[in-house]
Amino acid sequence: MTYFIDRRANAKHKSAVNRQRFLDRYRTRIKRSVEEAVNRRSITDMERGEKVSIPARDISEPVFQHGPGGERAIVAPGNKEFVEGDRLRRPGGGGGGDGSGEGSASNQGEGVDEFAFTLSREEFLDFVFDGLELPHLERKNLVDLDEVRQVRAGVSRDGTPARINIVRSMREAQARRIAMRAPIRRALREAVEALAEEERKDPVLRNPARISELKEEIERLEKRLEAVPFIDTYDLRYNNLIDQPQPSSKAVMFCVMDVSGSMTQAHKDIAKRFYLLLYLFLERNYEKVELVFVRHHTAAKEVDEEEFFYSRETGGTIVSSALTLVDEIIEARYPAGQWNLYVAQASDGDNWDDDSVACRKLLVERLMPRLQYFTYVEITPHAHQALWEEYERVEAEYDKRFAMRQIVEAGDIYPVFRELFKRRVAP
Amino acid sequence: MTRRQPIATGSDWNFEILDAFEHEIARLADEYRLDTYPNQIEVITTEQMMDAYASVGMPVGYHHWSFGKQFLAVEQAYRRGQMGLAYELVINSDPCIAYLMEENTLMMQVLVMAHACYGHNSFFKGNYLFRTWTDAPSIVDYLVFARKYISECEERHGVEAVEQLLDACHALQNYGVDRYKRPSPVSAEEESRRQTEREEHLQAQVNMLWRTIPGRPRGDALAGMVDEEDPLGLHGGGRYPPEPQENLLYFIEKNAPLLAPWQREVVRIVRKLAQYFYPQRQTQVMNEGWACFWHYTLMNRLYEEGLVDEGLMLEFLQSHTSVVQQPAFDSPYFSGINPYALGFAIFTDLKRICEAPTQEDREWFPDTAGSDWRETLEFAMRNFKDESFIQQFLSPKVMRDLKLFMVVDDDQEEMLEVAAIHDERGYRRLRDSLSVQYALAVREPNIQVYAADIRGDRSLTLRHVQDGRRPLARSVYPVIRHLHQLWGFPVRLESVENDEVVRRYHWPLAEEERRE
Repeated sequence: MTYFIDRRANAKHKSAVNRQRFLDRYRTRIKRSVEEAVNRRSITDMERGEKVSIPARDISEPVFQHGPGGERAIVAPGNKEFVEGDRLRRPGGGGGGDGSGEGSASNQGEGVDEFAFTLSREEFLDFVFDGLELPHLERKNLVDLDEVRQVRAGVSRDGTPARINIVRSMREAQARRIAMRAPIRRALREAVEALAEEERKDPVLRNPARISELKEEIERLEKRLEAVPFIDTYDLRYNNLIDQPQPSSKAVMFCVMDVSGSMTQAHKDIAKRFYLLLYLFLERNYEKVELVFVRHHTAAKEVDEEEFFYSRETGGTIVSSALTLVDEIIEARYPAGQWNLYVAQASDGDNWDDDSVACRKLLVERLMPRLQYFTYVEITPHAHQALWEEYERVEAEYDKRFAMRQIVEAGDIYPVFRELFKRRVAP
Repeated sequence: MTRRQPIATGSDWNFEILDAFEHEIARLADEYRLDTYPNQIEVITTEQMMDAYASVGMPVGYHHWSFGKQFLAVEQAYRRGQMGLAYELVINSDPCIAYLMEENTLMMQVLVMAHACYGHNSFFKGNYLFRTWTDAPSIVDYLVFARKYISECEERHGVEAVEQLLDACHALQNYGVDRYKRPSPVSAEEESRRQTEREEHLQAQVNMLWRTIPGRPRGDALAGMVDEEDPLGLHGGGRYPPEPQENLLYFIEKNAPLLAPWQREVVRIVRKLAQYFYPQRQTQVMNEGWACFWHYTLMNRLYEEGLVDEGLMLEFLQSHTSVVQQPAFDSPYFSGINPYALGFAIFTDLKRICEAPTQEDREWFPDTAGSDWRETLEFAMRNFKDESFIQQFLSPKVMRDLKLFMVVDDDQEEMLEVAAIHDERGYRRLRDSLSVQYALAVREPNIQVYAADIRGDRSLTLRHVQDGRRPLARSVYPVIRHLHQLWGFPVRLESVENDEVVRRYHWPLAEEERRE
């Protein structure tokens, strides 16, 4: 007897648990590899998995085995020129060639010293963002939110035919039928009994008038019984849907960058990596993430990604122009009730001196109340200027939603990013 | 014989075609009187095959990181194109579960059905080791029980505690088998019910053993002798266990002083599964040789009857040849003796000896030469394991064909010595030596429980019977560390050769040793 079973549709990831256990067990080692990879990789490269190696010694499963040494005989195939009594030099590398081993040991890959495997993209990002958390994820107020979702909320007596709840309707109909028929049935039973009693009497004693009366009554009741409708509009029940306010699952990330002459391509690359990390991070937390690129020198402009990172401009720097533009864009396209707003600003710290105060004002009065989080990275090895000082005052006021750090070289990005978003212990 | 139309041509397949082929193979297998369990053939994807692989072929397995590691290794090797996945996987159960990968060509599917569903299947059903040690109808049930029990333990005691216990058990699982006693089969429910009883009973037994009030000395061997160190005989009473125990995990399960009942049960589960795989480890050459012999025979019959066309047959021969190929010792592809090649060669030659014996065969196999080949092969399949099978049936012709030779590697000599080659003087020694090479008792160090100091420091002493001065590999330390975790008290291991202790290992290490 033979059965064929097509299992292809069955659950695939049967080993997922075991795989996860393995990753958990060697968490610290893998994390080290991942951190190295993040620092090494080019920016466009974050979206794939990573090959990770662990010294095989650390993850071996020991069993009792024969060690090298002693006396043993080995039978091997493929003799060409040997005859009995020949003496041979030991092949290099010592004990090798003790073939035959256990069947399962052969698929360990080539690396005897390193156990190499590939993390999937998801697993890779899990490690990258391990222990990080988006700040201020708690919602302001549900009533502020315009976003709604329809949810089931019991049944109601009215609704559209498309939402009819058949089971409940039929149950109502049955209940009504039982209720309406019960008195009729009772009367009918009584009439039938009375008639039977009357007919059992001696023919002489029978009352013909009563008999015909009862017969009429029975007929009338039977008609009434049949007249009880099987289903009535009164029975119909509909699935009820109500609107429920919904935490927004959409986020928009404003990338703000200074493109004045003092920002070199190296600066921009560092900034780009920072934006990228933030973008990946937001993408993991929101269903939909939109990007808005705002660059500025003395004037601000909304541009596409290519232009944002690669076109060169010269001239002075007025940071407030960019913040004003961000404010306008929010006003026009991203109402705070529907969108989670993030701003990431990168600059080398240059600004017109009196503009910095304007920036602080703009932030405190217009932007900060609506933003989820504002991050500022200053890419400079030099001392801070006026902008940094003004921003420090903003940070003092909005310490939970405003963060600023200095980056000197590319290697700092990941640590700084981790610091900005590290999971804070709940107060 | 009338040649019929091929059932299908090309490399695509569907379930009707598979069914038709299966039907024909079953008919031919029946002609050859192959006795099999019913087949359950499952078509799966590559990823599912990797899953199956990683869980060492158990259709349901408990969770453990080592299986995840296995999976990653398989996946990596497969992605790099280093390793074609095995085209088949077959499980010793009743019904016999065989996997077909969806990517396989039609030829592969037919080949796998012949190889696994009739070759391996009949081996599982017929070979004495499998008959004695495994219980095909209940294994899947038992696996279900094991998985459920272990995940319950994880819930109750934490994943980490269970993981550490399993690590320790896995390190000793090759020493968790009974070589002589036959276990009795039980179903999952039965197992579950018994498990509860066992917990209570077992604990009572352990408590008896470890009572702190010493019982009356039992040892007769020492009776009458007065030990000056111990005139009252407090430490007398003979060694425990009185006989060395080969099943380390069994000994732990029954005697480890500190294990909780659930821990004993987990030890038992690992031990039971080791026992289930024990026959497979001892019959690689035979099992694969038998399956190859039958797929070769059945495929040729299909071709003779015209049920497969030349194209398919060529593809088959190409695949078959690469499976039973034996690279020479100096080839870059050499990785020991290929069990498929050796097994196939022996079975094929055995058939030849029956059908067309030479003078040499008559001398070497007086009873076999000229006998009915089908009966002889069946006898060989049923009643041997690799070790004895080679000893009994490896013919001079096979040794010549494979150009076998024997090298003696003695670390006290500067050079290796070729001790025997495939010639008149060497045949017997080659055969003996190869047979020994497949003896599990020789492949794995012989280690037994020698004594548990139940009246003293509760230490456990193991004995390694060393042969040919072959020492234990360095992995001995992590393994006895695991053993120490299970036992809970100091563990000692002595290597003994010719009744003399040549090396001692112990765990835990003293402070200064740790720093080394």
